[in-house]
Amino acid sequence: MGGREANVVLLDENGIRSDGRKVNETRKVTIKAGVLKNAGGSAYIEFGGNKILAGVFGPRDVHPKHMSNPDTGILRVRYHMEPFSVDERKKPAPSRREIEISKVITEALTPAVILEKFPRTAIDVYLEVLQADGGTRCAALAAASVALADAGIPMRDLVSACAAGKAADAIILDVNNEEDQAGQADMPIGYMPNLGKITLLQLDGVLTTDEFKKCIELGLEGCKQVYEIQKSALREKYFSSGDNN
Amino acid sequence: MTNLSIIDKLKRSKILDLLQEGKRIDGRALDESRPLVIDTGVIPHANGSARARLGDTEIVSGIKVQPDRPFPDMGDKGIFMCTAEILPLAHPSAETGPPQPPVIELARVVDRGIRESGMIDLSQFVLEKDKSVIGLFADCVVTDHDGNLFDACSYAAVAAIITSTVPKWEMKDDKPTLIEDQESPTPITTIPVSVTMGRIGEFIIVDPNLDEWECLDARITITTNSDGNIVALQKGGDDGFSVEQLVKCSELSIASGKKIREIIKQATEGTQ
Repeated sequence: MGGREANVVLLDENGIRSDGRKVNETRKVTIKAGVLKNAGGSAYIEFGGNKILAGVFGPRDVHPKHMSNPDTGILRVRYHMEPFSVDERKKPAPSRREIEISKVITEALTPAVILEKFPRTAIDVYLEVLQADGGTRCAALAAASVALADAGIPMRDLVSACAAGKAADAIILDVNNEEDQAGQADMPIGYMPNLGKITLLQLDGVLTTDEFKKCIELGLEGCKQVYEIQKSALREKYFSSGDNN
Repeated sequence: MTNLSIIDKLKRSKILDLLQEGKRIDGRALDESRPLVIDTGVIPHANGSARARLGDTEIVSGIKVQPDRPFPDMGDKGIFMCTAEILPLAHPSAETGPPQPPVIELARVVDRGIRESGMIDLSQFVLEKDKSVIGLFADCVVTDHDGNLFDACSYAAVAAIITSTVPKWEMKDDKPTLIEDQESPTPITTIPVSVTMGRIGEFIIVDPNLDEWECLDARITITTNSDGNIVALQKGGDDGFSVEQLVKCSELSIASGKKIREIIKQATEGTQ
């Protein structure tokens, strides 16, 4: 976007993308629920080259105390990238970008979690990006919902997530790092499939209104695919072997 | 939404009751922005400036242009940066100290709308490729807070950029050197206009004021360019939107953006 140049063919004459995918295909997504011992719930997601760990603590006492709310629980999310997760070392302290992403992910998850059941408590979600490859906020959001469910926190729906965008004048699903750098638009979407509600939506890049509608349609298809993988990750942990650790 | 005080809850039910009758708390139509007044050239020491008043929300934006090093991956483009800050005198709840997440989001959303529209032709800002470029900094301060800072900051910054001028620098002895009295207008390609809409219950309202802002279920900021295309978008708030609501918002943002673009054009005409 901003017209960054790259010597890479984003879409060849057969409609195949730089990483071999078709325009309407997501990268390979694998999710594993319950990967951490100490966290109340956890998940590990690989979304293409993204590798992200999610850990959930709580409902627990709120510190600092003034943040606690007598009517409802609060949800706090920290999205954080490891210094080694990107090409050039990232300073460990939270950047403005990470603070903003933490905020939008919090707002994407809040409608799904039944926080009213836990007044005066906090549920903390920690998202650690071990390796970043474009689309980390979607991958992190998808992992966060699985980790919340794994923690046994009552939810209205899982929030699934996938980006759509535009590269080489084509509307594409699940924008990878190259396409984000050299493409024309990137629009991450967070979606609750059962409630039909979009809870995360951002865009940078230029789209006509028609392209915007197409992007949403395609992005929601991606979300639905991720949703199935999220559900099977939970099924895998709780129903496959009969052991409920 | 989950953190409403008693007063806010009462306010919300009043606002919802009115919306059911097709009215808003300040008498506007649902798709109507507050009056926008822009004064330009308010800070003569800046390279460009504007004061925007959107209803009772007031922003001052000043432009500073100075030589800088390029971003490592963009040596053939100048730098553009937009910031926003809520001054402690803007609202009783505003505090000094490091910026909190909502203010960081504000600054980044305003910056993104202008940046992604490609408003400024940054390729004309290169003094020496990969080494020295011109940076244009648009800093916005909120002096009075009555809701929807996103749009007000964006209008102030955009108007300030349109009226700004760029001094001339040349590379001498490997250093950018100022050539006096050779300013040129900032190269503008399009006028981005940000339009923020809120959802309360099933109602979508354009440009929420502070009373409305505090009881929104969710909000969305859509920035469009002069061609009527969408260039940036940000959803916020603790709830979501249906696809139909989003399509409606995109249409509202284009219609409302068109009117506001005319106001910005008129306010900045012949000022460069």
